[in-house]
Amino acid sequence: MSVAEREPATEGTAIVPASGSRRNLIPRRLRNPWGEPRFLVAGTWIYIAWALVPVVIAILFSFNAGRSRSVWQGFSIKWWWGDPNLSIFHDSDYTHALVHSLLLAGLDMVIATPLGVLLALGLTRWRGRGSGVANSLMLIPLVTPEIVMAVSLLVVFTQLALVPFSLIHLGTTAQVVGQVTFSLSYVVIIVRSRLAGIGGQYEEAARDLGATPIQALRLVLIPLLLPAILASMLIVFALSIDDFVVTQYMSSNSTTTTIPMYLYSNARGGTSTPALNALATILVVVTLVGVTVAYLLYTIVGKRTGSAGTGASALRELSGIEAA
Amino acid sequence: MGERLGGGQVDVSATAVESRASYWRSFALPGVAWLVLFVVVPAYAVLAIAFGRVNFLFQPVPYWNPLHWNPGYVSKAFSGSLPGGEYWPSIRNTLVYVGVSLSLCFAIGYPVAYYVARHAKRTKTLLIVLLVIPFWVSYLLRMLAWIGLLSPDGYVNQILQWIGISHPPDWLNGNPYSVIMALLYGYIPYFILPVFAGLDRIDKSQIEAARDLGATPFRAFLHVTLPLSKASIMAGAALVVLPMFGDYYTNDLISASPHTNMLGNEINLFVQGGSQKNLGAALVLVLMAILAVGMAYYLYATLRDQRRLA
Repeated sequence: MSVAEREPATEGTAIVPASGSRRNLIPRRLRNPWGEPRFLVAGTWIYIAWALVPVVIAILFSFNAGRSRSVWQGFSIKWWWGDPNLSIFHDSDYTHALVHSLLLAGLDMVIATPLGVLLALGLTRWRGRGSGVANSLMLIPLVTPEIVMAVSLLVVFTQLALVPFSLIHLGTTAQVVGQVTFSLSYVVIIVRSRLAGIGGQYEEAARDLGATPIQALRLVLIPLLLPAILASMLIVFALSIDDFVVTQYMSSNSTTTTIPMYLYSNARGGTSTPALNALATILVVVTLVGVTVAYLLYTIVGKRTGSAGTGASALRELSGIEAA
Repeated sequence: MGERLGGGQVDVSATAVESRASYWRSFALPGVAWLVLFVVVPAYAVLAIAFGRVNFLFQPVPYWNPLHWNPGYVSKAFSGSLPGGEYWPSIRNTLVYVGVSLSLCFAIGYPVAYYVARHAKRTKTLLIVLLVIPFWVSYLLRMLAWIGLLSPDGYVNQILQWIGISHPPDWLNGNPYSVIMALLYGYIPYFILPVFAGLDRIDKSQIEAARDLGATPFRAFLHVTLPLSKASIMAGAALVVLPMFGDYYTNDLISASPHTNMLGNEINLFVQGGSQKNLGAALVLVLMAILAVGMAYYLYATLRDQRRLA
């Protein structure tokens, strides 16, 4: 990148002689700690190793032959399959947690995505009294620590004897409501940044050609928004399946335990086996399957509408980097 | 729809514009209703509990009418949060751990984001993928990984013993360094990604202009790249700091000792552990007050920068 920044610009054309002569006093190597990327290259790779190697080790330990989660005792798949009692697929605690995690993620996705897309459309287009308040309302879940949301939802669901709150009991319903509440804003942010990129002209063209507002929305805007909708579905899925705080506060008993909750309560116990690592690995596999499916759909949609990038840019959009 | 009016449709009557406004407002309605029900009402409920009382069974009783509010728990929580108070150790731990973790996030994360955004060429896509992966890996798994590595017979101690340190520290029982490292490890991806995106968006011609005007590469970085990435640094810092302030599970997993309690742990203990929900709710107000101070500074700084640019 930017040759100009890294290498001193062609020495002969240095306009300011003072800076040119000063430059010669410093050894070329030390002139610019940022321009010389060697430190940065090493630092970046060390960071990446530090970020990923522990995860890889934790995943490998799910294949440990012994009971230890910290000392390697040979390779085995018994914690995954094989052992009739201790393998994750033979222990109902584990399978139940997995099924419940997937159920919550699915429900969260189905509710939060349409609600968020509509809210994003409304907030972008609606100019008038109340729209400012609605906008800041949407931002509240993003700037509130999760424990605050969890405590406040727990309070209304257990203390407020008023319809709709008295109808929502701790357990699956409360967990879904809590998860939708914090994932809604992510959908809005992603869809809204996409809407800003599309602009109003396509819709206007459709309207000028005689489409009703609903038709313009259905036939023009929604197809253009599909990549963003996909990205938000993926983010909601990942947020839900990885969520711990709200899901734990909203849970009722062992039947509403999710994988993160199970990991939390057993991670430090001396009795837990590498099956716990296997369970955590499943969480990662499920998320990565989600990412892959979303990526494939994204590229298909992108090719059809010509509105989405591929490769790295697709990945960046799917991770919500562009919306950040 | 002001653009439409400008676009030659002069005959659009005021009522049409008005009805279109309500058309779009109806889209926002379900979402807004959801947020009012499950964000605004619960927030008020926390106030009602914090200013409430307990009944004869020590169960919390919310007081919905502000005129009947009982300030006891809130004043106890706030006075206890001052230096010397009952909750001060947790407040101090929170401020120190978050401060140190945030500084390390910047010291480590900024150079990484800078390298990937501005210098990486052939490896750029690969690096982006590698930076995004932790984002998709469960937070709990990443903590689980460190519990394995830091356990008494884990790889960290094995390496230390191999180097010659025969009595490695106890990492997993009340060790503040482990907690800070875990917070850093858990949240740094959320700092790097927005900073990377911000640096990647910078128009290179601006840096080239600075260089053409005689700035050394370092000065060009200091006076062009760094100020232009300031907004994304602030965004990354906010993304990291907000969840850290409410975090209790990292501490529970890595330390599990009251010595390293953070504010989140106190709240969690009061709300989920015992019958002191009122006090827990009052401590939530303390947490929000601390964050409000931070947020006010954030808004002030952003507005000041915008005004300076304008």
